Amino acid sequence: MNMTRRTALALGAGALAVTLLPLSAHAAADDAIATFTGGAEIGEGGLTLTTPEIAENGNTVPVSVDAPGAVAIAVFATGNPTPEVITAKFGPLAAAQSVATRIRLAGTQDVVAVAQMADGSFVRAANTVKVTIGGCGG
Amino acid sequence: MAKGVKPRVKVPKTAAAGEAITIKTLISHKMESGQRKDSDGNLIPRSIINRFTTSFNGQEVLDVVVEPAVSTNPYFEFEALVPEAGEFTFTWYDDDGSVYEAKKAVAIA
Repeated sequence: MNMTRRTALALGAGALAVTLLPLSAHAAADDAIATFTGGAEIGEGGLTLTTPEIAENGNTVPVSVDAPGAVAIAVFATGNPTPEVITAKFGPLAAAQSVATRIRLAGTQDVVAVAQMADGSFVRAANTVKVTIGGCGG
Repeated sequence: MAKGVKPRVKVPKTAAAGEAITIKTLISHKMESGQRKDSDGNLIPRSIINRFTTSFNGQEVLDVVVEPAVSTNPYFEFEALVPEAGEFTFTWYDDDGSVYEAKKAVAIA
């Protein structure tokens, strides 16, 4: 095949789009996290996020979060079409600030949990989950 | 109205006063994410449970905002304090406006 100027340009644009895609996906997740925290600094520690290392089926991936002393925990899937997963608020009768559920993951990606502590500070934890079959249909 | 929606809750029948108990809840629901397409290529509209709350004798235990990324038949497991005998109320809010409720009484052993 002859490499014309047109095909070269098309290839270049394609490559650029491919490299930009993961970036824009993360930007959506960052926006979602910023909405939850109100743009506050996010620290580390005090939050445990439990996910499988490899999920064979992205339709039901068991995740659990545990943050003693938190008032709310939000979970984000950075590689999903919509990054928000759950936002759990704990009331006075919650014995432990933990919740377990099952979520959908579109593909291999980082799952991020952000907890709001009683003093108003935020902590985060992130895990990478390898997904064999994505769970968003389509 | 989504069809065949049935909440299921597992709560111990008795507990010691002040004890922390583990609660498991599941509601059968398709959780149509709004991302999938039917065989003609049309988007299937979103239809999910968008909120789940638990309270005990009117006091809040847990309030979860649920997004389409939660799996079919949303399942939640969490812990609650039982200060006295009473009743847990579990409520699920559907996108179509339906509200599903389950109640479980707990006695003090």
